[in-house]
Parts: sequence; C-alpha cells; structure tokens
Amino acid sequence: MLLKDEVEMLRRITLFSGLPPAKLKLLAFTSDRVMYSAGEALFYQGDIGDAAYVILSGKAEVLINTAGGPFKIAEVEQNSIVGEIAILCNTPRTATVRTSTPLEALRIRKDDFLKLLADFPEMAVEIMRVLADRLAQTTAELSEARGPREPVDA
Amino acid sequence: MEPRLSRYIWTHTRKDQLWILVVVALSMIPYFLSFDLPKQIVNGPIQGDGFDSPEATQAFLSISFDLPYLGTINVFDGFQLGREGMLLALSLVFLALVVVNGLFKFYINTFKGRLGERLLRRIRFELVDRVLRFPPSHFKRVKPAEIATMIKDEVEPLGGFTGDAFVSPALLGGQALTALVFILLQSFWLGLIATLIVAVQAIIIPRMRKRLLVLGRERQLTARELSGRVSEIVDGIGAIRGHDTSNYERADIAARLGRIFKIRYDLYQWKFLVKFINNFLAQVTPFLFYAIGGYFALQGRLDIGQLVAVIGAYKDLPGPLKELIDWDQARQDVQVKYAQVVEQFSVDTLLDPKVQAVATAAAVPLAGPLAAVNVTVIDDGGSTLLDHVSLQVQPGEKLALMGGGEVLAEAFGRLVWPASGKVVVGGQDILEMPESVTGRRIAYASSDVYVFQGSLGDNILYGLKHAPLTDLVYEGERASHRKWEVTEARLAGNPHLDVESDWIDYQSAGANGPDDLLVQIRPVLDAVLLTNDVMALAVRSTIDPHRHAEFAAGIVEMRSALRQRLETEKLSDLVVFFEPGTYNVEATIGENMLFGTITDQAMWADALEHHPFFKTILQRVGLRDTFYEMGIEIAENVVELFRDLPPDHPFFQQLTFMTAEEIPVYEVILQKVRTKGKGEVSEDDQIKVIRLCFDYIEPRHRFGLLTDEVMAKIVAARREFDEGLPADLAGMIEHYRPNRFIASGSIIDNVLFGRIGHKHADGSEKIRAIVRDLFEAGGLYNEVLAFGFDFNVGAGGKRLTAAQRQKLDLARALIRNCDYYIFNQPLLALDQRVQEQVVRNVFAMLDQSGRDPAIVWVLANPALTDLFDRVAQFENGRLVNDANVDERPDYKEMAS
Repeated sequence: MLLKDEVEMLRRITLFSGLPPAKLKLLAFTSDRVMYSAGEALFYQGDIGDAAYVILSGKAEVLINTAGGPFKIAEVEQNSIVGEIAILCNTPRTATVRTSTPLEALRIRKDDFLKLLADFPEMAVEIMRVLADRLAQTTAELSEARGPREPVDA
Repeated sequence: MEPRLSRYIWTHTRKDQLWILVVVALSMIPYFLSFDLPKQIVNGPIQGDGFDSPEATQAFLSISFDLPYLGTINVFDGFQLGREGMLLALSLVFLALVVVNGLFKFYINTFKGRLGERLLRRIRFELVDRVLRFPPSHFKRVKPAEIATMIKDEVEPLGGFTGDAFVSPALLGGQALTALVFILLQSFWLGLIATLIVAVQAIIIPRMRKRLLVLGRERQLTARELSGRVSEIVDGIGAIRGHDTSNYERADIAARLGRIFKIRYDLYQWKFLVKFINNFLAQVTPFLFYAIGGYFALQGRLDIGQLVAVIGAYKDLPGPLKELIDWDQARQDVQVKYAQVVEQFSVDTLLDPKVQAVATAAAVPLAGPLAAVNVTVIDDGGSTLLDHVSLQVQPGEKLALMGGGEVLAEAFGRLVWPASGKVVVGGQDILEMPESVTGRRIAYASSDVYVFQGSLGDNILYGLKHAPLTDLVYEGERASHRKWEVTEARLAGNPHLDVESDWIDYQSAGANGPDDLLVQIRPVLDAVLLTNDVMALAVRSTIDPHRHAEFAAGIVEMRSALRQRLETEKLSDLVVFFEPGTYNVEATIGENMLFGTITDQAMWADALEHHPFFKTILQRVGLRDTFYEMGIEIAENVVELFRDLPPDHPFFQQLTFMTAEEIPVYEVILQKVRTKGKGEVSEDDQIKVIRLCFDYIEPRHRFGLLTDEVMAKIVAARREFDEGLPADLAGMIEHYRPNRFIASGSIIDNVLFGRIGHKHADGSEKIRAIVRDLFEAGGLYNEVLAFGFDFNVGAGGKRLTAAQRQKLDLARALIRNCDYYIFNQPLLALDQRVQEQVVRNVFAMLDQSGRDPAIVWVLANPALTDLFDRVAQFENGRLVNDANVDERPDYKEMAS
C-alpha cells in the first residue's frame, strides 16, 4: 500500500475526513505502517497512550478488565480508528485492544499529531468540530437513556 | 571549624612557618653582604684604595675576629692578590652571592607555595568532608552551586596568603622598625615626627579599611548568589522556556550584575582612596623633614649631615611600610572570605565522624527488629508529617505501607531525622550506629534517584563501594608515586585511601570476585526488568573487532544461527538479510548499490557530487536516467509534504533526503524541470536530484518508485561499484561480507546482517528477544551485557530514561545482601502494570535466592498487598491501622 492509498484510508475516518489532502499526506508520511499477527495487543488498558491506530486491514477486539477477567465490549475493523482519545489528552488507555486476525495499521504518534494540530490551526478546528459532534451525540444518547426512567425534576 | 584564619593557619603549619622564618633570616646574610660588595669593588680594585703601588697586594678572604681582651685572632690569612686579581676575585664573589640569593629566593618561594597549596588542599577537603556529614535538613537550605563555588573559588586565595601569613609581617615589620630606629638615632625630633606619621597611618588606614571589608563581604555573597542563580537557570531551562520567562531571568541576572558592579566599583573607589591617603601621608613626612629639619639647620640647631642622613634613612621606610599595609589588606580580605565560608559550613548537628569511619570488615547482620519508637517528623514549614508513630518490623517480615508511609520510609532510610522519638535497630538508634552497618545492612530506594556521571556498571555497583578492600601493590614508578600520594595526603590532613583499589564488596553481592559478579547480579537485573534495557544499550554499541577478536568472531557465527532460528519460528520476514545477490528492500538504495556502509558521511556527500567516478558509473550501469526520474518524484513528494512547515519543525528529523534549507533549492529545480523539460536542467542540478535516490527506502517512504527491474539493475551494479571503486574512495566504504564483522556497525547490526522489517509492530522488540536468546545459547550473553555496562549514563544519568533510572536504583539496592529493604515507591515512572510485575518479580527473586530479608514497601496499589505479611495504613501522618493481611479480608474493599 502506498502513501496515496493511506491518504485515501485516512480520509474515510470521520475524525480526519474534513482535513485537506496535503495535510493527510503529511500525517500518513510521519506515521508508521505496522503489522500484527492474530492475538497480539495493540495496547493495554491502564498504560499511558502514545499513539492512535488507523486499521488498514484486519480485525481487533476491544477488551476491558473486569473482576472476572477481560471482557469484550466491541470489535473494530478496517477504516476505524482506535486509541484516538489518548492522543488528544493524557489519560491512560481505557481498554485493551487485541487483534483477532492478522492486522495492518497506521500508527499515528501523539507527538506528531499534536505538532500538526499546532502548526495548522485549520486542522484543529476541524477536529474540534468532529469532537463537538460526538459530544452532542453522546449527550443526546445519554438523555434518551435517562429520559424514560427518571423524569426531569426541574 | 576554627573561626579565625590566622589561628587556623598557625595550628596546621606551625613547624613550617618557623622553619621558613629561620630560612628567611639566614637569607638576609648573603643579601646584606651583596649590598656592601659593590662599594668594595669600586673603592678597592677600581679606584685603587689600598693599592698604592702597582705591585701592591691585598689579602682576599682573610678571616679574623677582634675579640675584647684577647686582641685580634687570625683564623685564616687569606690569599695575597694584585689589583686585577682582586677585581676578578671580588666580581666572582658578587656572582656567587647573586646565585646564592637567587637560590634562597627560589627555595623560599617554592616552600611558601607548597605550604599554601597544602593548606588549600586541607581546607577544601575539610569542607567537602563537612558536606558529607551535613544533617539532611541542611541540604534543603543550601544551593549546590554555591557550595561548589565556596569550595572551589572562595577559599582559593587562602592558599596564596598562607605562605606570607607570618613571614611577611616579621620581615617587613623588622625592616620598617630598623629604618625607624635608625632615624630616631640620627635625630630624635625628626624621628618622632616620622613615628607620629607612621602611627597616624597605622590608625587611620585600618579604620578606612573597615568599609572595604564590608564591601568585600558583599562582593563575595553576591558573587556566590550569582553562581547559584546561573546553575538554577541551567537546571531549570525547561521551565524557563516553557513559561517564556527567559526575559524575567535576564532582568534578574542583569540586576544582580548591576549590584555586583556597584559593589566592585565602590570597592575600587575606596581602595584607591585609601591608597591615595596612604601615599600622601608617606610623602608628607619628607615635606616635614625638609621644612622643619631645614629650618632647624638654618637656625644651626641641626647639623646638615644629620639631616641628609635622616632623609636618606627615610627612603627605606615607606617601601616596607607600604608592603606591610598591603599585606594587612590581603590578610583582612582572606580573613573575611574564610569567615564567610566557615560560617556556611558550621552546622551544629554534623554527623559524628565516627559514624562514617572506614570499615573494611564485612558488616555483621542486624539482629534485632527495625522499629520506629514514637517518631514525629516535622518539616521546615512546621507542619507535622509523622505524628507519634510507633511501628516494629521483625527480621524477615514483609510490610506494606499505604496511604502516606513515605515519611516513615524516609526516616527508616535516614533521609529525614525525627524531631522526636527515634528509629532503632535492636534497641540502638540508627543515627548513632556507624554507617558501615546501617548503610550496608539496610538498603533504601525511592523514585527520587540520583545517578552519578560515569558508566552504567559503575552506577549499578555503586551500592557496594564502601571501603577499599584490596591493598594494591605497586611497582617501580607507580610505587614511588603512590608513596608520594600517601605522604602528601597525610601532610594535608587528607585520608590516603586508595581510590584505585577494588572497592567493590563482592561478598555482599553474593559473589566471590569480579568473575562471577555478573552471574550473581543477573537475577536482580532480571527481576527489576533492567536486563533488557542494558542489553538494548549493549547491542547498539560499537566495538573494536581487533580488541575483541574472539567476541567478534562469535557474533559473526551467530548470523546463520539467527537465520535458522527465524526460519523455525516462521518469522523469516522479520529481518531482511543482506545477500550479495539480492536487493534488500529495507535498506537504502545507496546501501544496496554499495553493499556496504559509509564510514565518512561528509566525504561521501562530497564525492557523490564531485567525484568523476559517480558521474560515469551510473551512466555505465544504465541507471542514470532511472535515478533522475526517481529523484524528481522524490523531490516533488518531499516539497509537497514539507513546503509549509517552518524550517525548525521536528518533522524534518524524519526527512532523510534533504535538510530544511535545501527545500527551496529543490523547488527551483522542479520549477526548471517543469518549464524547460527534464533534459535541459544543468548537470549540477541533475546530480542534486539523483543524489536523493540514495536515501530512498520503499517500505518506509512509500512513494511507489522501486520496480523489480530497477532493483535487479542496482544489484547488478554492485560488482561495478566493488571493483571499479577508485583508491581514494575505498577508505570511506566498508563492504558487507557475510563472514566478516562490520567495524562501523553496532553489535545488533552485526548479528542481524540485515535490516529489521519496517512493517512489524514491535519488530525490533521481537528480534531483540530472539537475539537475546541466541546470546544466551551461544554463551555470549554476559559478555554482551558487560558492553552495556560500559554505557556512559551522562550527567545525572540524563542519557537514561526516568524509568531506567528508577529501575537502576532499585537494582543497586537489591544487589547488596541486606537485612532490611526500604522501598519508597521506587517505580513511579513505570506503568502500573509493569510496577506490579516488578514487585512480584522482586519477591520471587528474593525467594529463589534463599534470602529472607525484611521488606518495607510503600505501596500505592492495593492489589499487591497479598504479597505482604502485614499492611500498615497511614492517614494524615498517623498510623491508623496495622494488621496482618489474612486478618483483614475487608481490606481491598476499604481501599477502593
């Protein structure tokens, strides 16, 4: 897969879809292409995150640690991004991601990503927009989930 | 310390001072003889006094004494010499006196110099010795740079002064007194005037000096503060730049320098004012002689000859007097400096020297329990950090401290001293026990690590260097040098412990000697997960294959073993090996073409552009046009990617093709290509474009330029490059040979003899693990590890990561066989998961080695309490709960 294919891939991720192609190319260039075999962990819950992963091919499971051992909460595949929260803020990983098939991913390092945002404010605005969308959606989902059970007090 | 410098000097150099006084007195004899001699030469042989006839002779070197009652006694009649003979003889005596005087001067000066240097050495050592014995609280008040300045610079003038401390006043005072007495003998009244003026000088000048002393003290303090601030700037550069406070720092420094300037300028003004008054008073005396003496002479009350004699004698007075005053100035100056320094180092609660006495015998294991008895710790601000805590740790017990046990751990580690109560071992206060017991049988590690500049190995073994354990026997020149070292050290009051001796206490690491030390400490390094870090440093180091020929051969042999191993594990795609007949996609095009590595990058870059060999060879192998096309593609991609970035952007570190400054150059070339066509660009520009290809790696840059056909051509060109390479270029390329060690490559490069595939996540991690395994199998592991021990950790260990430093600190505590291990959150820089693993490893390691020491571990993670016998819970400095683990099933819920 060539640089220009990766750019195409990045464009399909909501977080990056609004960015200009030249910047996506730079993002792809500074990122590493990595390959995992089945059953390998991309990262572990609790570790400090240093990179996000765009899955180019293959599948992975998102697991969280519970008292009864790891518990699978989701599955991710091609064209999705994992670990992106960690490259935006300094939180430990909230889950473990383990591959279930051989997997190819683009590793976007936190430092590089933040550098890009700092240098190209238009990129930061675009990211902000996506995050705000997500927040709005989460808020909506939350109130929907609460709504029927707890009537609003005030 | 003795607060008065003169007494300090007298106490330590009394004998030498007396000796030098005697020598100075002796040196006066030839000195005065040489004064008289010129007169004798001129009057005698030259003017002819006593040589009345040409044949007349005189006795030379006759020795006779005039004694009362006995008359003249002739010891030696002397030689009878004529006029020329006498001239020659006397001139030779003059020459001899010159030599003797010179030798005396030489001896006196070197003696005084040695005296001063010895005293300087003594005082510097004493100061450092005090630093080593400061109580812990004192270190919070002093700045390291200020201490260093005091020891290094501020006491320096003391050495220079020491030699003159007693000799100068004796000598100069004697001279001045003689002159004064002589004047008094000539004329009582004029003598009285001279004495009066001298007295005025002696009273006024020291008073004026008082101000000088105050200024001198200020100068010293401000300069010391300046050096403290400068070191703060260096240490805190990150914070300064991060907060854009550099201009605040500039203002602060400028203000300080202004103050220093003002003090120094004031000092000059006063100094020269004092000098002016001094000179004035000195010149007033002759004025009074001329005026009053002259008046008396006119009146006839004083005879003119006397007046001339008095004025003549006065000539000898100001010189010594001035020097005496200068000496006094120097004395007060160094006294102030000395007092200032001593004040800083005078701390009431210094450790007793006995506590730190050298002990070469192995420390006996501690018998009793380690206990805090009613310990209260109060910090500088007066808040209570530990409130009447009593806690006992039995030998072999594993105790976890939670919820703020850090201060107790520090008290156990003697890092803080209790304000009341005490920490005892078997009933004895640990602060009164010799450090040769507490420092060897109790180990302490925290996350606040200090790593010394030097090799990694030195730092790992640092905790074993308590005393010189071997008596080195030197031979020949080294032996006499060692003897000199010992005598000199004694004379300057320094210890003469041999720093070259083997200080490592192998026994306490469970080893018998240097040979099996590594084997013994390996489990410790493994337990704290430091081995892989050391290995990583080791395999990245380059070695001299000639010095380690056997090792290098072993490494080369490993190459095939590695291949087999990768094949059996089905990991062959992890490494792309260098094969003489195939293209290595993970290596640069340049590397593939040369099939070797470049040892001199600067020369290579130059040759690439200017050497005729490169101009023709590409043409010959039919790659020139391909490379030109590829170069243009690369240039276009790079320019597109990097055009908008500022030149100092960190992304440029990932750009191997060109520097940020070159981007506009290539933009211009691309512009030309577009407008004029590819062929019309100048030869130089074309070479610039072609040059780009040499750094291209397809899987890394992913521009999609390499085809199979191009790769085949490049491989075919290898032979041309190898055989056609002109002699002047041969030196900068080291060719790859499957059976030869690459001297310019690291150990790992040599084992791999290839490149790690780019795509594999943690590919280098995986390969390193395999290589480590192979080292183990081939019996090379410890040898490689030893190369890692040579790694220089840099100032303060800055070349290691924080996590590595903390692991190192934990390892250096664990290496020593102790009765108590105090671990004060030693692994904060590590991920939670890894911390947990290390704690478990350490317990398992101690278990396996058969050691059963007591462990006090300050924990943040309740999940680990199952490893411990007992958990002590703290809250606001008080011990609130202390129970055995199995008695507290509800503990985990309580903590979470």
